[in-house]
Order: sequence, then structure tokens, then C-alpha cells
Amino acid sequence: MDFRPSVFFEALTSPAFIEGVKLTIALTVVAMIAGLVLGLVLALMRGSSFAVVRGAAWAYIWIFRAIPTLVQLLFIWDALPQFIPAFKGDWFSAFFAASIALSMNEAAYAAEIFRGGLLSIDDGQRLAARALGMSPSKVFTKVILPQLVRVTIPPLSNDFITMLKITSLASVISLQELLAQTQTQIATTFRFVEYYSAAAIYYLVVVSIFMVIQAQIERRFVWSSQAPGGRSSLSRVRQLAALR
Amino acid sequence: MSESPPAGHLLDEGVLGEPIAASRAGSEGYLLEATDLHKRYGPNEVLRGVSFGVHRGDVKAVLGPSGSGKSTMLRCLALLEPVDQGEVRLEGRRIGVRESRRGLIPLPEAVLARERSNIGMVFQRFNLFPHLTALGNVMIGLTEVRGRSATAAREIAQNMIARIGLAERSAFYPSELSGGQQQRVAIARALVMNPKAMLFDEPTSALDPELVGGILSIMEELAHEGMTMVVVTHEVGFARHVADRVIMMDEGLIIEDAPPAEFFENPKHERTRKFLEAVH
Repeated sequence: MDFRPSVFFEALTSPAFIEGVKLTIALTVVAMIAGLVLGLVLALMRGSSFAVVRGAAWAYIWIFRAIPTLVQLLFIWDALPQFIPAFKGDWFSAFFAASIALSMNEAAYAAEIFRGGLLSIDDGQRLAARALGMSPSKVFTKVILPQLVRVTIPPLSNDFITMLKITSLASVISLQELLAQTQTQIATTFRFVEYYSAAAIYYLVVVSIFMVIQAQIERRFVWSSQAPGGRSSLSRVRQLAALR
Repeated sequence: MSESPPAGHLLDEGVLGEPIAASRAGSEGYLLEATDLHKRYGPNEVLRGVSFGVHRGDVKAVLGPSGSGKSTMLRCLALLEPVDQGEVRLEGRRIGVRESRRGLIPLPEAVLARERSNIGMVFQRFNLFPHLTALGNVMIGLTEVRGRSATAAREIAQNMIARIGLAERSAFYPSELSGGQQQRVAIARALVMNPKAMLFDEPTSALDPELVGGILSIMEELAHEGMTMVVVTHEVGFARHVADRVIMMDEGLIIEDAPPAEFFENPKHERTRKFLEAVH
């Protein structure tokens, strides 16, 4: 067995790895946020009363789920500037290209999650909100959205973790994220075991931190007066204070 | 019915306003009036020309077999469903549509929303918002529709929740309340908007038998305080003792519309007689 702990710890603490993981997290967050926004729009489009709008959303989801993510990434990075010369500028960075490709990919999956979430909300909710006199935008933001967020947290968290790992694909378009940084180091040291292990540890740690955050968010969406976290406990404290 | 609450406790004084002048009201001084409502879902003609009116302060009970169009009629009155033909008038004013050269067309959703806030609606399955506490459910109409501040809305809502007897439960979420308590919150949620009329769609049908009485007594109380109400129900006792008039619907038509004494003792229509025999 050939494993040198000193090399492993050196890799773990190297500035290159820190830079790489920063870029990985940044790309994940940017692609995820953009993907969720676009995904929600697509999900709402699928519920539209206009067939053209429904069809457009359906076609988008069809295309972006069918084509491998790596192909989408390479297409945006290599083919797009050839196809549309406007993308040849320096501003079209690897980070920018990866953000576009990954968020467009995520949008297709998120759209289906949101659609499922919307279907799970009882029709009576919309009906009651409308009967109260809420405008369509209030019905959505005050009644539908909070319930949609709650049911979609677990599947969207899954997507977030997947996204974190998929960002490693961006190493093929020369983005110096965690995996690319690892490979650069290996090219000079040939210490595969230590460097890949260090990279794996980084992914593990980031995913673990995210899982803790997910649990925190989910706790905020437990709608119970006995809930240990979130607004309800605050209101209980206020109530207690009011009693005294 | 147990623990009937003291008189005058559900509605604020002056909420219902003065009796409307005949000129402002419809042809016969109705507060809420439906004329020749038609509604079709695909090949099903659910409403086939429904007309009736409710005077201010009157209670109209609507009976009829399932599928007779009762709920659809209520939803059309509440402007939740556009009618294919016919009109709804509130205080003599046509609501839900505007006139154009091609006839009547439904108003845009945002305008309809404003008109809906004048009519309270209570559903069979309560339809409380699960992400809000009882207090939050009663407040949301005030803050999001009436534009009241959170402080003002909380005070009004807290007051209303106390009146329906759930003061200690105001911080509970719907999932922590019994069906009867949920339906009381739903009634409070509608009442707090100071509606001109209240529509009830089988408000006790989803309740355990022992909880039915509590809801019916709140509704009876409301009726005594002068609220104009249309109640779709299977509670024959309520229709007989609380309603001013009882309607029988069958296959999308009103086949009987009479004061309860006449309706129950001497129904004109054979179908009404059969229906009453079946539910008794």
C-alpha cells in the first residue's frame, strides 16, 4: 500500500484546493438559483391555458432532459461562439458558460419537481384564497408558494447535491473548479490516491454542511405550534411574554 | 344544540348597514339575486336556468340530491366560476361581468377578486391554509386583501377568534384543530371581511356527528344577527328551523322555492316529496 499522509494533508490544505472548492460552490449556487427560477417559470407555463405556452415548456423539458449534461456544457462552451460570433468575447468565461449550461439543465428537472408539487396542493386552497378576494399574484405568493416550497425541499435538495457533483464536468471546459485543480496537482506529483482522496473529502464536507442547512430549512416548514424551530416557537414566546 | 352564544356577539354593530333603498336593490329588493344562471362543463349542463333572490338578512337553505348543481350554483354566486349565461346581482348591481358589444364578458381576475371580497364563502372541507395558524388564517384577508396593517389585522382577528370561542387555540395550526374548530376558523376567516352575504357549501358534511351542532349553532346565531345567508345543506332540521325560505334543486333547476312550513308540510313537486322521504 502506498499512501503518504503528509502528501494527503498537504493536498487538503493547499490554496489550490481551497480556490477550487470556492469555485465549485459558487457555480453550484449560481446554477441552482438560476435553474430554480427558470424551472418555476416552466412549471407555471405547463399549467397555462394556452396550448402554445404549454407546448414550449414541454419541449424545453424534453430537450434538456434528453441531452447529456456534458454535451450541453460542450455545446455552450465550444459550439455557441462558433454559431453566434457575439459569444466570442473575453467576457464569455468558462464560469459563465458553465453557469448557463448547468442552470438550463437544472431548470428542466426543477420544472418537473415544481409541477409535481403544484399538483399535490389541494384545489381547495386556491379556491379559498380566491373566495377571500386575493388577486392572482397574492394567491400564488401567500398561499400556494409556501406550500410548494415545503413539498419540494427534499427533491430540490437532492438536485442541489447532484448539481454540486455535476459541476466537476466543467473541468472539461477548463474551469478551475475542484476536480480540475486536483488533476492539475496530480499532473505534477503523480500522487493519485492522496489527491483524489483529498478531493473526495472536500465534496463530502460540502455535502454534509448542505445537509445540515437543509434540515434547518425543513424545520422552518414544520407547521405546528409545538415545532422546535421557526416562527411558531417565536410566537409562543411572544404569547408567554404577553401572559405575564 | 348546546352552549348557544349570547346574542349580538359575532357581528360588529353597524356592519350590515341600513336596509337598502328599493332603487339600489334589484327588481324585488333582493340583496343577492341570481337570474337565469346557466353553466356547462363540457357535455354536462350543470345549471339550466337558475333564478332566485335573497332579501337582506334572510337565510336561504338549498336542498337537493348530489349532482343537482347546488355547489356549482354557490360557486357562481361567489364569482369563483364564470356563468355561461345569466347574471348575479349584489345590492342590485350586476357583478362578475361587464357589458360589451358582444354581450356580457367576465371581468379580469384581478377585478373579480375585489368583488369576491364582499361575499363570504365557507367550504365543506374547510380549506384552511395549513401554513398559517388559526390567527394567521383569519388575518390574511385583512392584510392581503383589505390592506390593513398587521397590528390592526391581528387585533380584529384575535377578537373574532375569541367570539367563535377559540381564543386559546389562536396559535394552533389547522392540523392541530378538530374539524369543528377548523370550520369555526373558516367562518371567522370569512366574517372578518365584513361580507354583505355568506355562502355555505355543505358546512357540516365533513364533520363528525358530534361536532355538527356547534357549527349549526354558530350559523343560527349569525342568522339571528341579521346576516344574509345561502346555505347548501343536508341538515333538514336547520333548513326547517332557521331558514326563511327553502329551495329544492334537481338536475340543474330549482323545482321548489317556499317558506319552510310550506316546503316541508306541503311540497308541490313529487321529487321534493321523494327527497324528503329519503333523508328523513
